[in-house]
Amino acid sequence: MSEAAAIAAPARARVRSGAWLAPAMIVLCSLAAYCVAAAATHQTGQISVDGFVGLIQRTVALGIVALGQTLAILVGSIDLSVATLVSVGAVMASWMMQGQPDMMVPASLFVLALSALVGVANGLIVTQLRVNPLIATLGVGLVLQGILSASFQDFAGSVPKEFQIFAYGTVGPVTLSILLMFALALVEWLALSRTRFGAHVYATGGNPEGARLAGIKTARVVVLAHMLCSLAAGLTGLYLASRLRSGAPWVGRDGVYDLESIAVVVIGGTVLAGGKGGVWGTMSGVILFGCLDAIFTMAGVDAFIKQVLRGAIVVAAVAAYAYRTKGHVA
Amino acid sequence: MTAIGSAARFAPVRLLGRIHPSYAALLVLLIAIAFLTPNFLSPLGVMAFLRRGASLAIVSVGQLFVLSMGGFDLSVGSLITLAVMGSALMINNDPALTWHAIALVYLMGIGSGLFLGLVVSYLKVPSIIASLGALLSIKGVALAWSGGSPQGYLPDNFRQFGRVTYHDVPIIQVLPMSVVVLAVFVAICAWLFHGTTFGRLALIVGDNPRAADLAGVRVRLVRIVGFLVSAVSAVTAGILLGGFAGPAQDVGDGFELQAIAANVLGGTQLLGGRGSVAGVVAGSLTLTALFTVLNLIGLPKPLRDAVQGGILIAAVAYSVRRQGWEK
Amino acid sequence: MLARLALAVAASILVAAPAFAQSFDDPKEFQHQRDLLKMTPEGPAGKPWEQHLGGGMVDTGKYKKAGPYKVCFSNAGVGNPWRVVGWTTMQAEVDLEKADIAKFTSADAEGKDDKQISDIKDMVASGNCDILVVSPNTTAALTPAVEEACKKIPVITFDRGTNSNCPVTHILPIGGYAFGIVGAEFIAAHVSKGGKVIALRILPGVDVLETRWAAAKHIFEEKGIKVLGGEHNGDFTDGDRAKTKSIVADYLAKNGQLDGVWMDAGATATAAIEAFEDAGMKYPVINGEDQQDFLQAWKKDKLTAIAPTYPTYQWRTAIIAAVKVLKGEAVPGPIWELPDPAITQDNLDKYVSDKLPPLHYAMCGCEGMPGYPERWGVKK
Repeated sequence: MSEAAAIAAPARARVRSGAWLAPAMIVLCSLAAYCVAAAATHQTGQISVDGFVGLIQRTVALGIVALGQTLAILVGSIDLSVATLVSVGAVMASWMMQGQPDMMVPASLFVLALSALVGVANGLIVTQLRVNPLIATLGVGLVLQGILSASFQDFAGSVPKEFQIFAYGTVGPVTLSILLMFALALVEWLALSRTRFGAHVYATGGNPEGARLAGIKTARVVVLAHMLCSLAAGLTGLYLASRLRSGAPWVGRDGVYDLESIAVVVIGGTVLAGGKGGVWGTMSGVILFGCLDAIFTMAGVDAFIKQVLRGAIVVAAVAAYAYRTKGHVA
Repeated sequence: MTAIGSAARFAPVRLLGRIHPSYAALLVLLIAIAFLTPNFLSPLGVMAFLRRGASLAIVSVGQLFVLSMGGFDLSVGSLITLAVMGSALMINNDPALTWHAIALVYLMGIGSGLFLGLVVSYLKVPSIIASLGALLSIKGVALAWSGGSPQGYLPDNFRQFGRVTYHDVPIIQVLPMSVVVLAVFVAICAWLFHGTTFGRLALIVGDNPRAADLAGVRVRLVRIVGFLVSAVSAVTAGILLGGFAGPAQDVGDGFELQAIAANVLGGTQLLGGRGSVAGVVAGSLTLTALFTVLNLIGLPKPLRDAVQGGILIAAVAYSVRRQGWEK
Repeated sequence: MLARLALAVAASILVAAPAFAQSFDDPKEFQHQRDLLKMTPEGPAGKPWEQHLGGGMVDTGKYKKAGPYKVCFSNAGVGNPWRVVGWTTMQAEVDLEKADIAKFTSADAEGKDDKQISDIKDMVASGNCDILVVSPNTTAALTPAVEEACKKIPVITFDRGTNSNCPVTHILPIGGYAFGIVGAEFIAAHVSKGGKVIALRILPGVDVLETRWAAAKHIFEEKGIKVLGGEHNGDFTDGDRAKTKSIVADYLAKNGQLDGVWMDAGATATAAIEAFEDAGMKYPVINGEDQQDFLQAWKKDKLTAIAPTYPTYQWRTAIIAAVKVLKGEAVPGPIWELPDPAITQDNLDKYVSDKLPPLHYAMCGCEGMPGYPERWGVKK
């Protein structure tokens, strides 16, 4: 185990030093651009506590999914099944609750357990069957979406009023769901930077052979990362069910959480190959996406042009990190 | 594995041995279709099937060039849409403009492929992200250009490629023009991939880019050409699709994943180093046959997707196992 | 490991297995819509977007305000050509009402419920809206947000509704059953008993499409017409032109000439017609919708056809209603039932135009509007 720690040490150091700078810059620039856009379009009402809370609220669903995706990517894997799992979580929650408050806890626990199971399945297919993670999670996503859409055609059931506190409840001016997202980010950051699990995650993603030689059970780390990633997606499903009062089999797909979560993770500086990056980068990517959307809306940019710009920004942002990479990238 | 070893593995005989599961699956599915539709086993039925599968086969073969180098090209679906919508916009039912428009959409495709190749090679953006960005942007361009809904009409001289069928052909009776396009495209690609130095270099680059670099291979150039072939294949497929059924704003949706799936079924190794044009054509026809069978037995679309997902995982898991046995 | 994996997969399948065979067929609503089709609309002649079928009027005195007004619109999205034409028409209507509308703000939810909830919330909070027009992305999910908005400002919904009666009025054409009835009755009248008819449907499970089909099925049963394929439940095209054409071509190869084609939406009607052309067969009796490509093919090929519509002019109506409400004028409500006229052989020439784009929906009521026809995609 000491060897493992030795391998992980440089990774940990890399996380600490300067890891704050790029994310902080991204957040500051995004918020500055947001304020400028609000002022330029005479919508100064948006530069207020309520305005910022509204801005962050829009990013909560993507944010929680992306926190999970960060783990999957850090261990050198990826998860394309998250969007489907969001739908599964939302539908199963509202279908099981059927508006009854006493079903809130069992339904939520069931959704989380199911998500964890899917995550473990993803992890096992990747590690034991050695299927490329893109295909493995794409396949699992297709299977889940197929069964879900064949079983439910519309909003299924509903959540009780009490459950909506999850999405709409507030503490002072801030909503509970925003606090939850930041709390999760904090926990994940602590876990990644202060625990052995975190060290193993970086080691597994950065140099799987070395990590294995150093005694790290890399397969177990990958499965665990996938499980946590899926849990985050399931939790997002619960959040959406709470926010929409019900779940439908298309809520995840319509949110494009699979591709957008990958995009914000890499915009935040996490390397697609794994082993490098972290939570605050991802959160900064999420805030950048939120600000962009708000700016486009304020400026009245047409939905199609918005899509062109979004694609260009993803490529440009990743290029800004990647162009100094040595060697070839495929 | 050394570069030389990898090249030597691609002797034609071993190649056939390697891709047979896809052929077997295709055979089973074709027999199933023959049972479900009595007139399938006629020249008419076979040609209709080939015509249906032509566009997917073309994009899949294009995708092979990128996959075999270890990359991904997710932009092809959007490029198909752009080719169809752009052609309709530029031609707007004036047959005299058809050839200009075709030239222009090929130029756009080449531009997009060149861009992707440069971004991946020089800016070091992983192709999955670069082409994901292109997927969003190109679809956005197509929609913004047209206002979100098809504009303009395609005249017959554009639509002939996807629509016209020659009758009274000896032996095969009928011959859709799209099958001719498919045959020509596949022949060119097969020559490029299996008969030229470029094809061998592509596999070497996919197998081990560092070694290729050290051996003096111009990795960047090879990669750019790979993206170009993929983009050209997407535009070609777009011309066939637009020709077969006319313009629509969602004509290309989902083709990127189907093309990758067809490659997986056809024995292409993801992350590079292995693949063959014949395998990919078989893989894409297998996928088309699968969709046809699932449709014929009346499975709703969601369950068709589920079956596709299961098959994808199984195919990759199987090929991983096989590699294990061979080692 | 493999055993555990199999267990996991089996468990997830079991969980989702209970399929809910929802029934969309409501005989009472079917009859109601059938009656509405026969009703004469009230309101200005020749302007169906200002007419209404029965129902009461809502007093809007309490919303009366001095103009000009700030109108806000939360749009579900412009993800399909029908919505593109509607959105263009709405913007033109805003231009027409320039005297009364000082500021028109819109937000596009890109088909996401979650985003639309935020959009509505922000618009209400901004204080820049005297009235809010909503085209909800989905009925159930947007209900809470619309209810919240109702507490602050008057709200008007159109197209898909909400499960709340708080909006001042909800604007919609007669509905799915009416569409199905018109198409099926026409086909039944022109195909002899025992004739071969196919039904092309986009996909199962979507309420508006299911009601269209349920109505057509009733009519076909009444008239003794059997639909081929899918155990008489029609074939699914996924709304894909290539697939539509292939399905029809397969039928023609298997069954020879077909007499009728019923469709639950018109966007792929011309693809179905082309399959007959390519097979060298006689055109069937067919229903499409009001898309220009279908109307043109109808005229050019002298089809026996009809085009029931789901009019895009309801996007105009929403703005007209908004201004009326703020002026304190009574509007039809709480449900404003718009007529949905069909395009028939008699009035085809009025709607067909080879200048407009293929998927322009002709029943837009936009012919006299500013910028017509360029604004709807015609090049000068």
